[in-house]
Amino acid sequence: MALDLSPFDRELLSGAHGGSAAFAMRLLVRFAEAVDARAFIDIEAAHVDGCLYHGRASLDFTERMIDLGGKVRVPTSLNVGSVDLIHPELFRGTKEHAENGARLMRAHVELGCAPTFTCAPYQAVWRPRFGAQIAWGESNAIAFANSVIGARTNRYGDFIDLCCAMTGRAPAYGLHLSKNRLARALVEVVSTQEDWDNERLAVAVGHAIGRRCGGLVPAIVGLPAGMSEDDLKALGAAAASSGAVALFHVVGATPEAPDLETACGGLAPKLRLQLTAEDLRKAARSLSNVADGAPIGAVSLGTPHFSIAEFARLMPLLDGARPLIDIFVNCSRATLDELRQRGWEGTLREARVTLVADTCVYVSALMQARIGAIMTNSGKCAYYAPGNLGVDIAYGSLAECVASARAGKVMRL
Amino acid sequence: MSARAFEAVTLVPGAASGPVLKLDEPLSFWGGLDSATGRIIDRLHPQHGACVAGRILMMPTGRGSSSGSATLAEALRLGAGPAAILMLERDAIVVVGAIVAAELYGLACPVALADGRDWEALANASSLALEAGADGARVSFE
Repeated sequence: MALDLSPFDRELLSGAHGGSAAFAMRLLVRFAEAVDARAFIDIEAAHVDGCLYHGRASLDFTERMIDLGGKVRVPTSLNVGSVDLIHPELFRGTKEHAENGARLMRAHVELGCAPTFTCAPYQAVWRPRFGAQIAWGESNAIAFANSVIGARTNRYGDFIDLCCAMTGRAPAYGLHLSKNRLARALVEVVSTQEDWDNERLAVAVGHAIGRRCGGLVPAIVGLPAGMSEDDLKALGAAAASSGAVALFHVVGATPEAPDLETACGGLAPKLRLQLTAEDLRKAARSLSNVADGAPIGAVSLGTPHFSIAEFARLMPLLDGARPLIDIFVNCSRATLDELRQRGWEGTLREARVTLVADTCVYVSALMQARIGAIMTNSGKCAYYAPGNLGVDIAYGSLAECVASARAGKVMRL
Repeated sequence: MSARAFEAVTLVPGAASGPVLKLDEPLSFWGGLDSATGRIIDRLHPQHGACVAGRILMMPTGRGSSSGSATLAEALRLGAGPAAILMLERDAIVVVGAIVAAELYGLACPVALADGRDWEALANASSLALEAGADGARVSFE
């Protein structure tokens, strides 16, 4: 089926709006054909994931855009980069990687993107409104924007998110369209581990649905009331790591799922999945590859970036003996400013917390020299760190992470 | 056995042939693929340790982080990427990585959508040839 281009799309292609917009639109047209879209729509905002250095290709692409001239056409936030530009001394990788990583981050700012460098733009001024058409990269941010806010984006990868930002256009397909946002998998949480907090439950459910729902939009029933926004963020991040989940509905909690019928839009689910306490224990266990009691070299929190509310949960846990090992916490520049205003930074530092902005320890060379496993409360970090960093990993609740930091080994509560 | 050919849908044009690597589970290139060597580094993946370089990679669906496109483009730039990719579901992340490698470096990694009914027959072939053009794609084996 042919792609229907608007007069504006044709102007973009012709170069009337500059060389970089024409290059971006040419890629978008090929992309739209590949995903079988029939037209383009306007977007209100973009979140660009391409500022994380994956090698020469990402830099070559962004520098081609700069050479061709032009700026982003919609407000555009940036995902994490490879280095902490605020604390560059934390970097432990090669000089070349540090230089290219910083160059790539600055190249995106040169194109007019805002230097947010966060994977949780939805917990800052960049939060989109319900129903907004947006083009976002970063799998956890995509899941959150679609599911928890009800904004509309597909899983835009590197390059294409920037192309959308440079043109203000996105292909009208997938989750931009109402019909594709209906649940096609029904996930029933039939029993849960009683002594778990909501965060650990969210991670286990997210990990399980990511592995078992394929490309189907899940509607989840049976979660306890009172899941916080940060719990849903953890659920989405885990589901988008172990699977391709870009949108999930929590019946009674997320905006497009006031009830199961609305979430499914009258369609019968193609997949029914029951999760028991044993399934969830298994899911949580599969995220650790070291035994309880194993020595750990560091704790990593904030994948996705820690919010102020998450810091507020962490602060009282730090009361007590000073940890034996360092606790790294990733957060945005905006959250860092807020921590300073609240006077929390000193308390955190005294409790061996290293604040990391602009990047995330599991994509950046910050912790490689540590002896022992890394412990985290993040399903996403636990999923990716062994492959990315070549480290062993232990997954546990936030309280377990702090207790383990005190003991220097994996502690269970 | 005589040569057999199957119709497919072109997602990214090009022609390639090579030995088959069929994935039993979707793979996130980002975090799952070492772009320098083409090895699968996702420890939870059933094909952990396998190498995609030069293979006709059969992966039914995509998965995981949206940074997969850059990893694929970089692997292709370094000559460690797959020769072609066959899928059962359209996956934007895979398509973009292949298109960008073509735009920036003129390297073709064709991507095509196969029919689910042909999947087992294709997966059982030791090597496959893919021709993906504007008018459709064709996958064949001897």
